[in-house]
Amino acid sequence: MSKELIHLSNISKSFDGQMVLDDLNLKIHENEFVTLLGPSGCGKTTTLRILGGFTSPDTGKVYFDGQDITKLPPNKRQLNTVFQKYALFTHMTIAENIAFGLKIKKKSKSYIDDKIKYALKLVNLEGYENRMPDSLSGGQQQRIAIARAIVNEPKILLLDEPLGALDLKLRQEMQYELIRMKNELGITFVYVTHDQEEALTMSDTIVVMNQGYIQQIGSPESIYNEPENAFVADFIGDSNIIPAIMIEDKLVSILDTRFSCVDTGFGHNKPVDVVIRPEDVELVEPSEGIIQGVVSHLIFKGVHYEMEVMANGYEWLVHSTTMFPVGKQVGIKVDPFNIQIMNKPESEDEEATVIDI
Amino acid sequence: MTSKSKWLSTPYVLWSVIFIIIPLGMIFYYGLTDKTGAFTLENIAAIMTAEHAKALWLSILLSFISTVICFLLAYPLAMILANMKVSQHSFIILIFILPMWMNFLLRTLAWQTLLEKTGVINNILTFLHLPNINIINTPYAIILGMVYNFLPFMVIPLYNVLSKIDENVINAAKDLGANNIYTFFRIILPLSIPGIISGITMVFVPALTTFVISTLLGGSKILLIGNVIEQEFTQASNWHLGSGLSIVLMIFIILNMVASAVFDKDGEGAML
Repeated sequence: MSKELIHLSNISKSFDGQMVLDDLNLKIHENEFVTLLGPSGCGKTTTLRILGGFTSPDTGKVYFDGQDITKLPPNKRQLNTVFQKYALFTHMTIAENIAFGLKIKKKSKSYIDDKIKYALKLVNLEGYENRMPDSLSGGQQQRIAIARAIVNEPKILLLDEPLGALDLKLRQEMQYELIRMKNELGITFVYVTHDQEEALTMSDTIVVMNQGYIQQIGSPESIYNEPENAFVADFIGDSNIIPAIMIEDKLVSILDTRFSCVDTGFGHNKPVDVVIRPEDVELVEPSEGIIQGVVSHLIFKGVHYEMEVMANGYEWLVHSTTMFPVGKQVGIKVDPFNIQIMNKPESEDEEATVIDI
Repeated sequence: MTSKSKWLSTPYVLWSVIFIIIPLGMIFYYGLTDKTGAFTLENIAAIMTAEHAKALWLSILLSFISTVICFLLAYPLAMILANMKVSQHSFIILIFILPMWMNFLLRTLAWQTLLEKTGVINNILTFLHLPNINIINTPYAIILGMVYNFLPFMVIPLYNVLSKIDENVINAAKDLGANNIYTFFRIILPLSIPGIISGITMVFVPALTTFVISTLLGGSKILLIGNVIEQEFTQASNWHLGSGLSIVLMIFIILNMVASAVFDKDGEGAML
């Protein structure tokens, strides 16, 4: 893995007695696209604000390239932020907005002009130099906010739900734009969002947060396919989370039915949660299934059908391109690789947060 | 608009015709005629006479100084208020608004009593063996009265506009490398211009036209343009000249209003 750039060490922060971050540890590497993902109030924005220097942690240290920057004010940090709702300077033209940071650094006029041209080209808004921010659409303003930040050549770009105010189509376009920009610029992106799809699309690494704790850190694939707990499984995508008993290595009892799986090391007869993604549930003839059930709901979703199948007292969520009508007897089959075993939550706190969602 | 909702405006229309439109028409009539009823511009040109020009000049000067003092006092306060939480600042705003609930005349009279040569302040100073202050019946007392009476009208529009500035806009400036001073002059001050213009208008215009403050705190020696107009109406009974000078003053006020309308396009600083 490439060089470590940011190290958040034992960060805690509370507001009015309310714990927002509890002993958080996080390392961010060079040229990485890291997404802090979680529901509102999970501490992701606070983490970003601590990185940017707008909030100071109660305890803990922030290291940048090995240097302790915990007490450094925002204007002395080698990173730039793209704020929620853009935060453009409405009394300045687009060019003046972009030049703001460069003028403070006393760059020459020709250098600034070149940079403005370059940045506007990067965000596909050439020729907008003399427009005012208010005359631009939300998506365009967002691009200007990005341009204003990146001309300063930060080592890290912090993005606080930058696409939150945009409509779906534009949001998807901007996701690809951001990936392209990141690859062109070769800098680290730290991205905050509550949108799991956004996180899966763009990130190299996803940090799933809840209630001030990091729930799981990993690549989009590992977060999706191997969630470590029920919160992560539930927050990322649709899933069937079913209480089960791990009988022995590679054998789990789900709803009193034995399924083979691939996980080991959970011990014998240990209560666990299993997560099975709806697209991994195969519907077959009753005789071929491991469990038998009846289709109870059917919705057409475009790409696939979404069905609910009542089997052994649990309503299984199923995504399939093959349609089974409501009331039909079906069998359920799951490939051993697609059964993800998770430890039960250890504390009641964690349990409560799962129910909250 | 339905015909029904049009009817709702009738009381106000009647009110404004009787108490605004007709009096204004009368002022223009008197101002542009002489005693025989013939058209003349003499009453307006009378502003050029030494006595009137001096009064107008003094009015503008004192109003200007008062406005500047109000601005310098109000801006830091408005900034502090804008950065406070609602629960904290409502109390401080209350303290500021509280004197406004008392009659304007009463407050000015109170200052007269306080500032008199043998008034409350000088009694206290004498008791403490400190030199007395003698500012009653001087322009300083008038400025003090203007600042005291009109300061809230500066604070409130400034507070309004400053509290609307997105915290992240200020954060963005710092994020881009600006220190506090640079952020203030390049971001906060320019973004608060609508409130500044609005506050200046609301202090400058009433200060320019006052005659009560100058009468009570300036004695009879210092004549502002408001006093001159008042005297033409009440003592000299020359309504023609009084109206003519009023028109001149109105022109000054309208110029100020136009300037504020140009700067405050969004009505951000508007209040009251």
